Amino acid sequence: MTDAALPAPVTGPARDRERIAAFGFIAPSVLIVALVFVLPLALLLGVSVLDARGDITSAHYTRLLGTPYYLGVIWNSLRLGLLTTLIAFLVSYPAAFALARARGALRSILLATLFLPLAASVIVKAFAWTILLRSDGLINTVLITIGIIEDPIRMIFTQTALITGAVNIFLPFMVLPIYAVVAQLDGRYAEAAATLGASPVVVFFRVILPLTLPGIIAGVALVFSLSVSAYVVPTLLIGEKYPTLATTIAKAYLLAREPGFGAAAGVVLLAIAVIVVALSARLSREPT
Amino acid sequence: MTRLAIFICWVLAIALALFLLLPLVVIAAASFSSTPVFDLPLSGASLRWYGRIGRLDGFWPSLSLSLQIALLSTALSLVAGTLAAIAIARGRLPGATAIGTLLVSPLMMPGLVLGIALLQYFRMIGFTATWSALLVAHLVVTLPYVARTMIAGLSRFDFTLIEAARTLGCSYAGSVLRVMVPALAPSFLIAGLFSLLASFDNYPVSIFLTDVHSKTLPIRMLQYIEEAPDPTLAALSTLILAGTLVLLLISDRLVGLHRMAGTAD
Repeated sequence: MTDAALPAPVTGPARDRERIAAFGFIAPSVLIVALVFVLPLALLLGVSVLDARGDITSAHYTRLLGTPYYLGVIWNSLRLGLLTTLIAFLVSYPAAFALARARGALRSILLATLFLPLAASVIVKAFAWTILLRSDGLINTVLITIGIIEDPIRMIFTQTALITGAVNIFLPFMVLPIYAVVAQLDGRYAEAAATLGASPVVVFFRVILPLTLPGIIAGVALVFSLSVSAYVVPTLLIGEKYPTLATTIAKAYLLAREPGFGAAAGVVLLAIAVIVVALSARLSREPT
Repeated sequence: MTRLAIFICWVLAIALALFLLLPLVVIAAASFSSTPVFDLPLSGASLRWYGRIGRLDGFWPSLSLSLQIALLSTALSLVAGTLAAIAIARGRLPGATAIGTLLVSPLMMPGLVLGIALLQYFRMIGFTATWSALLVAHLVVTLPYVARTMIAGLSRFDFTLIEAARTLGCSYAGSVLRVMVPALAPSFLIAGLFSLLASFDNYPVSIFLTDVHSKTLPIRMLQYIEEAPDPTLAALSTLILAGTLVLLLISDRLVGLHRMAGTAD
């Protein structure tokens, strides 16, 4: 909030009227989030510790956190999140600087290439990757035609396919927040540091990186929480071979009818998301 | 920055743009395929798959359901979210920042988890009407987009401008209409666009709330892909992409994409 938005001191009945109006304004949104978000999630916590007869049990968590198979599932989710986030960041960060320097038609075109895929359905994009990566798909056809390979490489249903697709789908969520801070970056800070004798490397690490940190944190938090809980992408691009928390939850509810176990897996996924959000909120509040 | 660093940045930006467009181009190309299996490069162009879209099993009810839910949840979120954002930005509310965080928080939470939580919750309170359940659930999907964009937009809005307009003889409603509405129009447009797309494309929350008779379009589409992936889906996707492109072009005319990018964080 800028200083301009701060209210002038209002006292007496006028202030009370303003307060009441503010409560009225905020009530519908808070009610929606409380009744359709907070309460259901609290209930889910409850379900995760109940057995089929309704007695309290820790069996679901023991099964989830005590068997190597399910620990592998949790690790699969985390690895998908970590790799996607890391690769997306390494590509997006430098690209955002070029984007911020672009002007006119070039800028519009580059931004459109960010918005159009963002607006396209996740299902459509994942479907496109299955076409691209199939053994008789585009990439194999091209590679065979130019003579780099003789026989098609198995790409679909591999981890490379999964990560490629996930990076492709979640990239805009990394680029946009970083672009937003880079575009507002005041070039004079870097110039001032350089005038005072800082080398380009020092300028980058001491000036540019700290100033763009809020965008990085926002992008990393967003891409990680999206990719760690992705469902459509692993389902279409790798399938049964790479079970994640998301696919385990869906299976427990839609096929196995084990709501208690599904709820426990949901709570673990939720906990991961909450940790990421809390961490990013903390990091972005710290003075840089 | 040194020349080399700038060069690398440009190469990456262009590679990134091409990489992002790749799946969209592939879908568009596959939709004109003349054979049921996409042989790229195409052996011949054909529009036959476009003619089959309307005959996809259950397509029209799903499209209609998705549009109803998306338009209605966006409209409701725009009203509720904008009111909330005004209350938060005015700062006369105790704990305004915390409430803002609460309203935006569903955005970062796994959709699938929200889906099963809602399934459990609706079952428990005996709320079984699929259409209403979907609408209510989608409110939590769309509201955070509106709240985030409007809070960001309003935090840059100078409320003293309204006072100034009133001092100069404008009525309260008139000053809101002439000063606040034009200043907030870009945020409003972006919030609406994002909210509409988020609801229209939502899979993980909806999957647990639909039944055999009412499936939203993304659910219907994923089902087709898993059962019989033919170019009809590519044709449908291309039409949706074309529609999105038109929306983006209009938004660019009205607001400018760089202003949208600036508020989209």
